[in-house]
Amino acid sequence: MTAMQKLLQLPVNAVNIVKTVQGVAQGQEEARSPVLTPDSGQQNWYSAVQPEELRHLRTASTTGGGGGEGGGEWGEDRGTLEEGLSSAQTQPLRHDDLKEMLDSNKDSLKLEAMKRIVAMIARGKNASDLFPAVVKNVACKNIEVKKLVYVYLVRYAEEQQDLALLSISTFQRGLKDPNQLIRASALRVLSSIRVTIIVPIMMLAIKEAASDMSPYVRKTAAHAIPKLYSLDPEQKDQLIEVIEKLLADKTTLVAGSVVMAFEEVCPERIDLIHKNYRKLCNLLIDVEEWGQVVIINMLTRYARTQFLNPNINESLLEEGGEKAFYGSDDDDDDDDDDDDEEKKAEAAALAKRKPYVMDPDHRLLLRNTKPLLQSRNAAVVMAVAQLYFHLAPKAEVGVIAKALVRLMRSHSEVQYVVLQNVATMTIKRRGMFEPYLKSFYIRSTDPTQIKILKLEVLTNLANETNISTILREFQTYIKSMDKDFVAATIQAIGRCATNIGEVRDTCLNGLVQLLSNRDELVVAESVVVIKKLLQMQPEQHSDIIKHMAKLTDNIQVPMARASILWLIGEYCEHVPKIAPDVLRKMAKTFTNEEDIVKLQIINLAAKLYLTNSKQTKLLTQYVLNLAKYDQNYDIRDRARFIRQLIVPTDKSGALSKYAKKLFLALKPAPVLESPFKDRDHFQLGSLSHLLNAKAGGYQELPDWPESAPDPSVRNVEVIRLLERVTTLTSVPEWTKCTSRKERKEKKVEKPFYSDSEGESGPTESADSESDSGSGSQSGSEESGSGSESEESEEESESEEEEEEEEDEEEERAKKKKKVDKSKPKKPESAESDQSSGEEQKRIRKGGKDRRSGTESESEDESESESSESESESEEESESDTDIKKKKKTAASKPPPKQTKKESKKETKEMSLLDLDDFEPTPSPQVTPVNSFLSNSLVTDLEGLSLTDTVLAPTTIAPSSSVRLYELLHRITGEGLAVEYCFSRQPFSPDPHMVAVQIQFTNNTTSEAKSLHIEEPKLQSGMRIKEFPEIEVLPAGESVNVVMGIDFCDSTQAANFQLCTHIRKFFVSIQPPVGELMTPAFLTENEFKKEQGQLMGMNEISEKLTLGEKCQSEHVIVERVTSTANLSRVPCGSDKESRFAGKTVSSGSLVLVTVTRKDGAGALLTVNCEKMVIGTMLVKDILQALTQ
Amino acid sequence: MIHSLFLVNATGDIFLEKHWKSVVSRSVCDYFFEAQERATEPENIPPVIPTPHHYLISVLRHRIYFVAVIQSEVPPLFVIEFLHRVVDTFQDYFGVCTEAAIKDNVVVVYELLEEMLDNGFPLATESNILKELIKPPTILRTVVNTITGSTNVGEQLPTGQLSVVPWRRTGVKYTNNEAYFDVVEEIDAIIDKSGSTITAEIQGVIDACVKLTGMPDLTLSFMNPRLLDDVSFHPCVRFKRWEAERILSFIPPDGNFRLLSYHVSSQNLVAIPVYVKHNITFREGSSQGRFDLTLGPKQTMGKAVESVLVSSQLPRGVLNTSLNPSQGTYTFDPVTKLLSWDVGKINPQKLPSLKGTMSLQAGASKPDENPTINIQFKIQQLAISGLKVNRLDMYGEKYKPFKGIKYMTKAGKFQVRT
Repeated sequence: MTAMQKLLQLPVNAVNIVKTVQGVAQGQEEARSPVLTPDSGQQNWYSAVQPEELRHLRTASTTGGGGGEGGGEWGEDRGTLEEGLSSAQTQPLRHDDLKEMLDSNKDSLKLEAMKRIVAMIARGKNASDLFPAVVKNVACKNIEVKKLVYVYLVRYAEEQQDLALLSISTFQRGLKDPNQLIRASALRVLSSIRVTIIVPIMMLAIKEAASDMSPYVRKTAAHAIPKLYSLDPEQKDQLIEVIEKLLADKTTLVAGSVVMAFEEVCPERIDLIHKNYRKLCNLLIDVEEWGQVVIINMLTRYARTQFLNPNINESLLEEGGEKAFYGSDDDDDDDDDDDDEEKKAEAAALAKRKPYVMDPDHRLLLRNTKPLLQSRNAAVVMAVAQLYFHLAPKAEVGVIAKALVRLMRSHSEVQYVVLQNVATMTIKRRGMFEPYLKSFYIRSTDPTQIKILKLEVLTNLANETNISTILREFQTYIKSMDKDFVAATIQAIGRCATNIGEVRDTCLNGLVQLLSNRDELVVAESVVVIKKLLQMQPEQHSDIIKHMAKLTDNIQVPMARASILWLIGEYCEHVPKIAPDVLRKMAKTFTNEEDIVKLQIINLAAKLYLTNSKQTKLLTQYVLNLAKYDQNYDIRDRARFIRQLIVPTDKSGALSKYAKKLFLALKPAPVLESPFKDRDHFQLGSLSHLLNAKAGGYQELPDWPESAPDPSVRNVEVIRLLERVTTLTSVPEWTKCTSRKERKEKKVEKPFYSDSEGESGPTESADSESDSGSGSQSGSEESGSGSESEESEEESESEEEEEEEEDEEEERAKKKKKVDKSKPKKPESAESDQSSGEEQKRIRKGGKDRRSGTESESEDESESESSESESESEEESESDTDIKKKKKTAASKPPPKQTKKESKKETKEMSLLDLDDFEPTPSPQVTPVNSFLSNSLVTDLEGLSLTDTVLAPTTIAPSSSVRLYELLHRITGEGLAVEYCFSRQPFSPDPHMVAVQIQFTNNTTSEAKSLHIEEPKLQSGMRIKEFPEIEVLPAGESVNVVMGIDFCDSTQAANFQLCTHIRKFFVSIQPPVGELMTPAFLTENEFKKEQGQLMGMNEISEKLTLGEKCQSEHVIVERVTSTANLSRVPCGSDKESRFAGKTVSSGSLVLVTVTRKDGAGALLTVNCEKMVIGTMLVKDILQALTQ
Repeated sequence: MIHSLFLVNATGDIFLEKHWKSVVSRSVCDYFFEAQERATEPENIPPVIPTPHHYLISVLRHRIYFVAVIQSEVPPLFVIEFLHRVVDTFQDYFGVCTEAAIKDNVVVVYELLEEMLDNGFPLATESNILKELIKPPTILRTVVNTITGSTNVGEQLPTGQLSVVPWRRTGVKYTNNEAYFDVVEEIDAIIDKSGSTITAEIQGVIDACVKLTGMPDLTLSFMNPRLLDDVSFHPCVRFKRWEAERILSFIPPDGNFRLLSYHVSSQNLVAIPVYVKHNITFREGSSQGRFDLTLGPKQTMGKAVESVLVSSQLPRGVLNTSLNPSQGTYTFDPVTKLLSWDVGKINPQKLPSLKGTMSLQAGASKPDENPTINIQFKIQQLAISGLKVNRLDMYGEKYKPFKGIKYMTKAGKFQVRT
């Protein structure tokens, strides 16, 4: 740290000097305003200045700033002056006008300069010598200047590491900004600066941001992880921890980014996925498209390691296995998802013997990715396609074909990639694309590379039934002007002919006709292909061989000549008369032939010598002699070898006896294979697959496991699961927000596609959105239903929606409500999904309801801040009964849709009642911490109140140390009043929990029974230790209990239901930040030591003016300790008061120092590793001290 | 993921570079230029080029190559799709995406690229969000900015980033609330020599221009939704609702966007709205060829076929043509051998024709290939598949919007083999 500070010191001075220098110079140059100089004109401008003048100018400036060195070599002077500007020496005069502009006070000049600099960067010009001048502006108020400075900084920081450090403190400050955009962009830039010295700072910032309240900042943190990793791979372990934490995040915004980080940093840690697998599957559809691609690719790999091969039985069948399985197997495919654990285990153990049962998680993945085939993003479609190809049972893979064919309409680059993948797929699963055969027909306007790929696909698709149409297509292609394409077509015909015996003769005839084509390339290609075909059945085709022999006179293409020669040699017994003659001709031209042809001539000679030595002996010797002196050693070697082998000499070894066998052995016909064969061992859609070579960072697609690993690893506690799957809502708030903007920030993520069940679903998000858009009215309406779950979704829709069927359904719902109040309801068959998906879906749906509950609650709180919402509660009682009913019907499983309908109806009524009963809540802001809390609670509670009387917000007088907060007002609670306070006692069952003392008072005349807590809805990581159930609370009595809540060091509310034997109340407890800590006892020295370690961004200082009443030390101590649960630390100076504490959950130190200055001035310093806590604490203490 | 981006113009100059991770020297583009040389035509440059240390993934649009440099495994389509999105964004911002426009707005381009990618991973690609972050340059705004010193850069996180409807900005206000939908269908067809259809498909899109205040929630229903065989949606469309009821329900983005694209499969019979009678012959031994082409309407449901343009790549042996159009104008480029005939509107009473002779290279043998004829046309007020929008309803807002629906049929890749 200190080293860095040194670094920070030096250049600042340098920069200041430069500034003065240029300030002087500016006076003289003003006449030629640099602003007006056009971009390209700057160099010209300098050259236009007379050298004499220039020197004068320079001298003046140096003398002005540097202190009288004047007159000398200006270049060097400047060099000594501008220590940081080493590169300025090499190009002494450049960009000075830009520097001036950057130093000016006007933002517009700065902006203009930055724009020019960015333009230079864009063109690839070096602008690094401007670094100090630019970096100074990093703290510029103008946001555009700032952003452009960031652009510059990120580009050049690596080259100018020392100077780059100048800017770090700005970002550290930015990391604490209340505006999430600024926090995020500070982190973004900080992490993009590739300077190794700041790795620890980055690490700290990432950790901090990973637990930020804003999902956007968390997303940025996820992005920063790979950046840090590439800068310093040593940090891997720590980064994995952060990744693990972020993987548990429930917002769709974060999901894609963190999986990307996972893939870059630790793709091998597949175990981190287990707990998040189901969540990811369920979130998938709402993740932004780029994230989807990454997640799908990762899940493909995951699934390959965790599930069994769905086609395992088929491969058994292919091995000639037992047919009997097949039938049963088919049925099992879809239905067995819900099968219990045992059966699965059994199946795994006896995979070979027993029918295959698909793991429900496997099914979940397939089902949730399928709708994404409809994405407009080709990459997403491709990702899903490859997932299906690699993971789905054979019978289901077909669905991807249609989507892939659709992509063929896209840009040609997309086509290219898609066709590559289709080509691979068609080899394994031809049937899938057969119906779309015509979509692969080639147009003359296609680029050649596309044509060739389409040809490949067409060839792969060819079979007995469609070959005739395909061949007819091929015939037109052969006439194309694009000769490369024609050659490829001929190859394709050859492949069709080898693969499909029926058409071999037709193809061969067609190819022979091509031999008379005028284009040599076509002929040559045909020859090569014919050669391959003839090898399959040479006996019947001696006339073709004869025909080809004649071609040797005309064809010049070496490959074709070589092919003909080989053919004649191989089948010389079929053309006994022609062969020697061909050899004679070839011998004549031997010296002028290409190497490949020469080799074949030697071959031909050897073969003829063996079969017909009488005629060809001399010719052979002649050829061998020519070859002996050839330039190519290959040919010389071959000639020598063959001579030894075939020409009998006395020395000749045992081998020559077998010469005939060697040369005239029956050779197997070549198999014409697609170049795409076996490419599918690469994950489709990947770069490696496209290149058919492993690219850097490619993760192998693992083989299916023999037996499935334990599926229970993916199990999450039931409550957690619900929450995880559904409550992507809980976007934590930054602070209790005061502005409208903040409220919008809070606006919660809701799944968009995935939620919609029937017609009620889709509109829900719309409604809440329109609320925020159209202003506060509907928003406050909504708060009436705050604690209810479904209302808010349906609310504003209810006014407009006039669809008949909906009414009908409501009717039905009403009836049902009457009829089977107590009976469990089943979801309507119309809505029920495929049986396989039912359970999962229900869980999701249920969770969603609950989630939207939390959401509207959070909205409440914000409403209360703007203090306009008050709600009437008549209908509340109705909806409350609803809840109860729901509870009854769906105690174990989440509520079916029916209840949703009912409550919807009620909200409709409610909205008709409108806002008449509203009165603005008076907002007595006595002690802000206190008041926002109680206020929000009040509104919460009012949501539950029975009558339409307006509750006066109960301001609880701040007592000396312990404040009482209201949890349930007696009117709302139908006579049951509940208050709570933070007792500040350690909670013995779990030291990481905050003890909350709750006091129940029964104001009714009857006794309340079985008071207990139900259904806590908590942020991730938060835990509740419930108080033991209170059996009976007699009328008029009150009782105290203590419960523990682990708030995870955040000020988010713990929401739960308070239940009596007859009613349920939604309540929430939100801790002031000061209650999240316990006193820590430190000595003065310890305090100083700890404080020294919590510098930098962990330290927040604020100047303040003490309130009139709290000038004395005693009062300050009292105020601070009442605001936060801290202990006093002894201190030598009487001007200073120190306090220390630890956060309850994580035990991070919180150190508070209040230093009094003269008069009422004071300085408050908070050191805390948890930045957010620190910031909030400062705010609270500040309030307490300034009152 | 994406390391760097280079923009290369048709003459092979790199006129813009942007790096997201450490700087990659622009010499890496040499591999691209090599490939460019090897390829005979610009569109034949392979989209993915491996080099020793990097991979180049390129996209050609508007005669500009967008070359992305990547270093490790990444789905190629991911990069390609992103590059196309970049081009679309530029087009959206500057009206055109040309070298000149990019150079003029280089700062905005840079700011955009900075927002679109973070460390090579896409961050904000939704045009509505980007427009809130960086306002598109207009002449008026430029003037205002220079006077007031205000900037084009938004200071707050666009609400869309965090909301469930990231594609829509908040606080949209219009005095005239309008929603227009264009149903545009393109016919892709290959017609063989004898006039029979080898393959014909309809690719349709619904492009929307929605200017509505607040947060409207629209539903669009079709008379005959079963026609739509394969659809892809803008993310705003609620998929479940489509699955269940075949109704498009969505909160639209603000401004222009493509609501959905669909495909009417080749299994359905596609009406081919024009026919071509052609007689293109070359005689052996003579240096003359006959060219005779007549167009006529067919199955157009009584609508006029307009903006007809015929083009054909004649064989290399053709030196020149002397043709006589009955209407419109024709041009023949003796260098590229491209014949194009701007017909205009087809009058069913008097069919347009193009007749005359082609002169061939003397002594050369007759070309063995026959040219294919590409046809472009438009038919207004007709969706050839028969798709019809039933109704458009709006929920969530109180005002009455003005709604308009337009149909059009166009030729896509419409080819006649001769």
